[in-house]
Amino acid sequence: MAVSSVTSMAALPQDALSGPRVFSGRGWLVFAGVVITVAGGVPLFNLALPADSALHLPDYLVPLLGKFACYALVALAMDLIWGYAGILSLGHGVFFALGGYFMGMHLNQVAAQAGLYRTAFPPFMEFLQRDSLPWFWTGFGHPVWALAMVLVVPGVFAFGFGYLAFRSRIRGVYFSIITQALTYAMMLLFFLNEAGLGGNNGLTDFKILLGFPLQEPATRAALFSVTVLCVAAAYVLCRYLVRAKIGRILIGLRDAESRLMFVGYNPLHYKLFIWTLSAVLCAIAGALYVPQVGIINPGELQPANSIEMAIWVAVGGRGTLLGAMLGALAVNGAKSWLTAAYPDLWLFFLAAVFIAVTLWLPGGLLSLVTRRRGGKA
Amino acid sequence: MRLPGWLQNRAPVGPSADLAHRLETGRGVVLYMESVSVSFDGFKALNDLSVYVDEGELRCIIGPNGAGKSTMMDVITGKTRPDTGSVWFGQTLDCLRREPWEIAAAGIGRKFQKPTVFEQLSVFENLEVAMQADKRVRASLFAQPTAAQHRQLDEILHLIGLTPERGRLAGLLSHGQKQWLEIGMLLMQNPRVLLVDEPVAGMTPGEVERTAELLNALAGKHSVIVVEHDMAFVRAIARKVTVLHQGSVLAEGSMDQVQADPRVQEVYLGEAMA
Repeated sequence: MAVSSVTSMAALPQDALSGPRVFSGRGWLVFAGVVITVAGGVPLFNLALPADSALHLPDYLVPLLGKFACYALVALAMDLIWGYAGILSLGHGVFFALGGYFMGMHLNQVAAQAGLYRTAFPPFMEFLQRDSLPWFWTGFGHPVWALAMVLVVPGVFAFGFGYLAFRSRIRGVYFSIITQALTYAMMLLFFLNEAGLGGNNGLTDFKILLGFPLQEPATRAALFSVTVLCVAAAYVLCRYLVRAKIGRILIGLRDAESRLMFVGYNPLHYKLFIWTLSAVLCAIAGALYVPQVGIINPGELQPANSIEMAIWVAVGGRGTLLGAMLGALAVNGAKSWLTAAYPDLWLFFLAAVFIAVTLWLPGGLLSLVTRRRGGKA
Repeated sequence: MRLPGWLQNRAPVGPSADLAHRLETGRGVVLYMESVSVSFDGFKALNDLSVYVDEGELRCIIGPNGAGKSTMMDVITGKTRPDTGSVWFGQTLDCLRREPWEIAAAGIGRKFQKPTVFEQLSVFENLEVAMQADKRVRASLFAQPTAAQHRQLDEILHLIGLTPERGRLAGLLSHGQKQWLEIGMLLMQNPRVLLVDEPVAGMTPGEVERTAELLNALAGKHSVIVVEHDMAFVRAIARKVTVLHQGSVLAEGSMDQVQADPRVQEVYLGEAMA
């Protein structure tokens, strides 16, 4: 892998350090154009065009595209930690699910408080025959509290977990295995009815978000646009990071950690920073995902889900932000189609793509584009 | 002259007397290693090793495989903690109580045996990452190299002869160029001590010669400690040689003195030096 990506990037601009921090002036224009087109185009083609028009975007596609946008955000988070810092997490589903569950709790509480359920409690309480909400549901009726939980809890959890793991110098495949075990353990926990999070069924039957009915096409279109704007903001943040000095330090961490340590950097701090940031981005993606998909359950914590996140990044091109997002869109696009058309083939297909990319396209799908353009990524 | 605290409670015999004498004569000892022992599963990698390095000195460390040369560097740089002994950098920094990055930031630069550079970064970026600066996360988020730092980068690039390669990925450099780049990365930290592990391994004769010039030029401004197997190279640069054997100092002195020592000839140099 090193050889091919090295040669493709041989002509590095000499003034990379004094160049613009995120985009050039023209780059900002292109970026803004893409974001406005996507965030505005989908609602436009869905809402403004009559349903019988050939260009009309059917209602079912809007949340599907919104789901893809969430996955693109997950891919950015994965790429930061794996593609740049070289830490392969196979447990990012944990942070995604935490964000998702907090959003689900908020949506359940809001509907319950508005009297939209048969009882004064979220529906799962009824079929689990409980008569009081667990203490940690307190405050979730308020959107600000819910948002704070989405950001803070996964961040604190990631920080604590990362501190213990990185301080013990757990790295490489050992770290991956531990994160995999983490997501499995969390899945078992969330499956428990006693956990107070809906057990096997998780949380569903959402009604309103910030006063807007979730079943309305307009709300769904708006959610899609908000998701795209969040992805765009995360992309700008990530791009800033990988182009700042810290980006080069992270690459150093990935390729020669001992060298980095012996030029005076404490690897623990850098790992903790990027790991926590990545977890929070993943949690935001989970929180945006749940109102569009309409359900969150422990299935999101299956080990296979977290592994798939790594595959998106590998397929798209790790160590390139655009590649990671491209991989998430390509793999999930193929998944949506294949699991409907040939449901039995999906896992074989995914495995084949992963093997093929590993063997013949180590730079990922994006390298097909950049190679042709003469190595300008 | 008042001795520093770490010297006062030592009996003035053996190496400490030597050290005290040197302090009195006004020459600064920059690195002080005394009675250091390290064992791995019963194997004594270092056995009561004492080495003192002066400010600006160029010291060569030689010895057969397993003599403890690399372990010695590991101890100085904080990678390995010894069982007993003390290691001081200058008169205030206790290397045994510091983490590797703290020791590095304090001014001890280390070049690894196998050239280790950041292959996916350009030559210029390698030097930028190594540059002396606030190396905490928050500083790295917003750091912009200043004009003075750019000048230093250019100077070091020139010194290590890699100016034409500044925009190239370090992974594309030749073996010898990587070695120089790594030395350049050490220099970017403005170190007082350079630990250089086998700088000419795998180099062409021309590269060896240039490396000798480079290290000679660095001595004086920095203390340079070179571990090397290549005898011709050691002879070309050495002013003072320390011979390690089985984890302790077997002989120390000029190349000629060391060569003449029958114990050294016996354990290490053998017929190669005869």
